[in-house]
Amino acid sequence: MSISVLKPGLLTTVQDLGRPGYQRYGVVVGGAVDAFAARVANLLAGNGDNAALLEIALQGPALRFKADTLVAWSGGDFDAKLGTEPLPKDRPVRVPAGAVVSFGLAPHGARAWLAVAGGIDVPLVLGSRSTYRRAGFGGHQGRPLRAGDVLTLGAGGDWANTILASLLAAGRAATTWSVRPPTLGAQPKEGFVRAMRGPEWELFTPEAQRRFFAEEFRVTKDADRMGVRLEGPALALTAPRELISSAVNAGVVQVPPGGAPIVLLCSRQTVGGYPRLAAVAAVDFGRLAQLRPGDRVRFEEISLAGAHELYIARERNLNRVRTGLTRLVG
Amino acid sequence: MQITPLGDTALIVAVGGAIDEPTHQRVQAALRALEAPPLSGVVELVPAYTTVTLFYDPLRVLAAGAPAEDIAGWLAAQVRQRLENPPQLEETPARTIEVPVCYGGDFGSDLAAVEAHTKLPAEEIVELHQDPEYLVYLIGFSPGFPYMGGLPARLSMPRRASPRTAVPPGSVGIVNDQTCIYPLATPGGWNLIGRTPLRLFRPLEDPPVLLRAGDRVKFRAITREEFARLEALA
Repeated sequence: MSISVLKPGLLTTVQDLGRPGYQRYGVVVGGAVDAFAARVANLLAGNGDNAALLEIALQGPALRFKADTLVAWSGGDFDAKLGTEPLPKDRPVRVPAGAVVSFGLAPHGARAWLAVAGGIDVPLVLGSRSTYRRAGFGGHQGRPLRAGDVLTLGAGGDWANTILASLLAAGRAATTWSVRPPTLGAQPKEGFVRAMRGPEWELFTPEAQRRFFAEEFRVTKDADRMGVRLEGPALALTAPRELISSAVNAGVVQVPPGGAPIVLLCSRQTVGGYPRLAAVAAVDFGRLAQLRPGDRVRFEEISLAGAHELYIARERNLNRVRTGLTRLVG
Repeated sequence: MQITPLGDTALIVAVGGAIDEPTHQRVQAALRALEAPPLSGVVELVPAYTTVTLFYDPLRVLAAGAPAEDIAGWLAAQVRQRLENPPQLEETPARTIEVPVCYGGDFGSDLAAVEAHTKLPAEEIVELHQDPEYLVYLIGFSPGFPYMGGLPARLSMPRRASPRTAVPPGSVGIVNDQTCIYPLATPGGWNLIGRTPLRLFRPLEDPPVLLRAGDRVKFRAITREEFARLEALA
């Protein structure tokens, strides 16, 4: 089983849930920018959470499948096709042998995750199959996909095979039901992400604190897997401060001198020394992952306990869905 | 000791407020204590100059007994308890690692700038740089990149005004009171004085790095010929 890359897309990489455990050696966690969407896509393809899948950014790839394969994709609003037909999102789809799956431009949003039954079979490096582009290892040869690449797939599980057979028998490409990741958790208001105060909140002026949660920010062109630089009201410290570098986290809103904040994502550096004004709740990383240059975003304050409540509720919902899907095939 | 949340999946445990050896030793002691064995739900521990940051999975901390309304507070109390009653651990002696460096020439493109800034001749800069036994305070910035303290005050120099977009791997740099080695071709603003043929980052090994926080490092000057010979072996 394999996939041939006909067109690579703008930045298509093999990812999983990342490479935790090596940050003390300077190795970034990385993995899918929206780990939750990646987990749902994997679930719908009958895979474990951490199976390797494709992360697609802004303009997607065209891929030819060698054999009948169950796939599922989740994330931003891409114009995805199976041959010439739409490739529906958030549900298992049977891709027949020889068919081409293609992702065009994303009219909204920035990233999607395409899971294939059995996962993408690339070597584990430091416990993960995720591509670490800056260091040139992991994923498919340590780099984004190129035209002509051939990706080997693992063997799909029993669940995937049963769904595949039932789709074939019913003469359908996709299931009639779907699992949309946003429905599994209470979403922030349109245009917002929820954030907690950060460790250096108190070092900022009252005006900066007020404006951070009151005003709109615009996503600049500096937006990648490491982080998203915003522009908006300048966020000033009460006094200049030299901080001693320490570990940072995905979702952290750090403010370099100059006052334009950066929201860190999964491939952030392992340590940083800028004041951390706030931190976006983990349940809203899906929103962050879809920000593209020119988008507007606002921050809504949430308590740490409130963020945990949302996190736990979403995990419990996902577990319920997992149980339901298991029962589906008896 | 101060424990501060960093978002909803990490706690920062601060054990000091300065970049110095006693603080470094406290960080290392806290790291060892928190690892023996790791607290339930803790995913990863990341030491830095004055802190150990503890990454956790809220769901697993809840499952370990935390009350739903105060997961972080409960975990912080567990951390405090562990650090106040640390397990008796054998201290592993610090490793001392010799790093061969070919100084100057096109390997040390900033050596002339260091001469101009410090008003010292190149030979003396090279001598002074080899003199101390450095302490690796932190690995960060890029995989395997060591921030090493102990640079002689006479070599102290600020960052380059404009950083390079790609520093050659193995480059040895100095800034302020620290020295470093670039493991990969990354951007960088340190003043480059030489290059080592050793590979600092080895993704196929575990741990994947030549140097770890807590290691001692001695530099040894080598010739171009020795550099070429060692590079072939690396």
